[in-house]
Amino acid sequence: MSSPGYAIGLDLGTTHCALSSVDLDLSEGEDVAQSMFRVPQSVAPGEVEARPLLPSFAYIPHERELPPGSLALPWTANPALLVGGLARDLGAKTPGRLVSSVKSWLCHPKVDRRAPILPVDASEDVACISPLEASAAYLKHLRQAWDAAHPEATLAEQELVITVPASFDPAARELTAQAALQAGLAGATLLEEPQAALYAFLARTPDFRTQLSPGDLILVVDVGGGTTDLSLIAVLEEEGQLALRRVAVGEHILLGGDNMDLALAHALGVELSAQGKTLDSWQLRALAHGCRAGKEALLSGAHEGDYPLAIPSRGRKLIGGSVRVTLRRELLDRVILEGFFPDVELHSHPQSRGRGALTELGLPYARDPAITRHLAAFLSRQLDATAELPGFESARGTFLHPTALLFNGGVFKAPRLMQRLTRMLDSWLEADGAPPLRVLEGADLDHAVARGAAYYGYVKRGGGVRIRGGTAQAYYVGVEESAPAIPGVEPPVRALCVAPFGLEEGMTADAPPQELGLVVGESVRFRFFGSSVRRDDVSGSLLERWTEEELSELGAIEATLPAEGAAPGDVVPVRLSARVTELGVLELSAIPEHGEQRFTIELDVRSD
Amino acid sequence: MSAPPPSFFARLGLAFAAFFRALGDADYAASLRDLRLPAPEPEPEPDTLREAPEEAALQLLAALQRKGRFLDFLEEDVSAFSDAEIGAAARVVHEGAKRAIDEIFEVAPIRSEEEGAEILLEADYDAQAVRVVGDVRGDPPFRGSLSHAGWRVLETHLPKLAEGHDARVIAPAEVEL
Repeated sequence: MSSPGYAIGLDLGTTHCALSSVDLDLSEGEDVAQSMFRVPQSVAPGEVEARPLLPSFAYIPHERELPPGSLALPWTANPALLVGGLARDLGAKTPGRLVSSVKSWLCHPKVDRRAPILPVDASEDVACISPLEASAAYLKHLRQAWDAAHPEATLAEQELVITVPASFDPAARELTAQAALQAGLAGATLLEEPQAALYAFLARTPDFRTQLSPGDLILVVDVGGGTTDLSLIAVLEEEGQLALRRVAVGEHILLGGDNMDLALAHALGVELSAQGKTLDSWQLRALAHGCRAGKEALLSGAHEGDYPLAIPSRGRKLIGGSVRVTLRRELLDRVILEGFFPDVELHSHPQSRGRGALTELGLPYARDPAITRHLAAFLSRQLDATAELPGFESARGTFLHPTALLFNGGVFKAPRLMQRLTRMLDSWLEADGAPPLRVLEGADLDHAVARGAAYYGYVKRGGGVRIRGGTAQAYYVGVEESAPAIPGVEPPVRALCVAPFGLEEGMTADAPPQELGLVVGESVRFRFFGSSVRRDDVSGSLLERWTEEELSELGAIEATLPAEGAAPGDVVPVRLSARVTELGVLELSAIPEHGEQRFTIELDVRSD
Repeated sequence: MSAPPPSFFARLGLAFAAFFRALGDADYAASLRDLRLPAPEPEPEPDTLREAPEEAALQLLAALQRKGRFLDFLEEDVSAFSDAEIGAAARVVHEGAKRAIDEIFEVAPIRSEEEGAEILLEADYDAQAVRVVGDVRGDPPFRGSLSHAGWRVLETHLPKLAEGHDARVIAPAEVEL
């Protein structure tokens, strides 16, 4: 493999993908030659256009639906799957053939993510695909698009970085790495999106060293199309140099800008149906689209008063058939500000946390849409996150005090949302006797993650400030106590720590001394837990009991020991070993007491 | 300035000379013969006008229709509707057509000054990009006030077309099954 000419950042988003590149030969120190790659994609049958974003949608057309050859791309006359803008547009009128929200399915532990389950409401003759295949299809489209434009520097040979939400669990990260592998992009490093956003800030702020100083704690609030991702990054001094360490990430919140636009559209749709006008799903989408524009205009101060919208008719009669509707400021305030960003007290926590029966049918959307409450809970829970860092005073007050704030994600194209969040955080800080936040100047909310990821690929090779941090959770397997079975009572479970908090890329955790019995030739499932607050547990720590705040259950994991060399049914004692690969993926393996071999433990197992 | 026409005797001399030379010199005879042909059609003026490609125009129209319902709007009889109804449809057209244009063209004003600002045009100013109007006389440099900042397309991203694609279908008929 020749040495790479580019560092590439791939933002594999819930609603959009983007690719940014840094030309390594033309970059020197902080002088970085970076650009966004325009991705060719079908925009109408027979028409291909290069656009800065690739919508994360796939469409499985009926064989007679489109004229033959009309999906041709510069690199293939007959793509296996239609991906991008046209897929999204066709799916608006034919939802039974549209694959969407793939990223949310990829991190849904209640479904088999390798099984053909998408589209969710598939028409009966649709050949469904799995969340893994769909993710791979998006990456493959990006690879082929890049390769067609750069035949001399194919994507697989470049320094590749793919971003994932900081709150992705190990199984979802592993699946993302596998999707990259299926797309022919082995060797892609995974980077957390809020970190990528901070890298983008570093890249476009040459004097960041004067803006950040040791003792600063940066809160990154990243509200994308489908997920909300919170991270805390501490600024340290190591050997006289500025150093960054990601000290905490929030829990997975399946809630983003699309939910807000849809909530507005539904609220308006209800008003319209009260007037006897019903909208079909295509018109509802057109309305949501209009609501986004209205939300951005009203929340940027660009527009005073109410915002008029029009929903186009399906037929030719545009003037007679369009439905007029007004996005009133009062409705916007009620749905967006009070619904998603309500003024809350610091100690108010998200409501009805935990799993309910409803979540198993579709995507497990956040039960509480109030991002501010999630934020309050996050900062309270992470009170001790900086306790052991040099240069940080031990925790005072009732929550962890950030000193700087970085926004990311398309939602913040509405500046009033930034101001509102900042004001709320400042009021909590003031109540605790802490100084107000400094807001770090963000820009280019659509592309920051891809740009930051490419910049990370560049500094990874060439030196420069890097964010360290390792795993943002400690990981545990559930071990059943050997107690006499009582009918109807589940045997008590203890949690055995197999990977401590902050395990960094390329590091292997000590195998815990405890041995577990595995039945040879059979798959054995373990319950799997993560904790974002138990920073002091080491491999082998055994928890008898814990609160829901401390440990959250992740998807199950599964170990299979081949029957070679032992009689089936034999029980072999094994120890569990964890390591994080250089690419940022957690690997668990079982090591039998006698023997050298390690057996990989599957992380992405459907938990029934 | 051509010479006066030859006299009778001069013409007689020429005729004899031509007679004998035509007998002996085939090339000369050929040129005499060519003299008798009707004058050829005058050469057409060099072609300074180009055909504009039809497909690009169709593509732009399709994009405006797809995103902004442009044809639907223009083909409808507006006289039957109230201003409020036309206004509602105009929002669809404005929002969508702007998106279509933004996706295809990268547009920037030609002059960065505020409209109304005093402008000095140097002697070598580009007459295609800047048009002077009003009291136009004398030689540049010209001094005047900017009444329209102009628009220039910096980049065009027209979709590429698949082989066999019929660009004349601006919007397919749609049948809901």
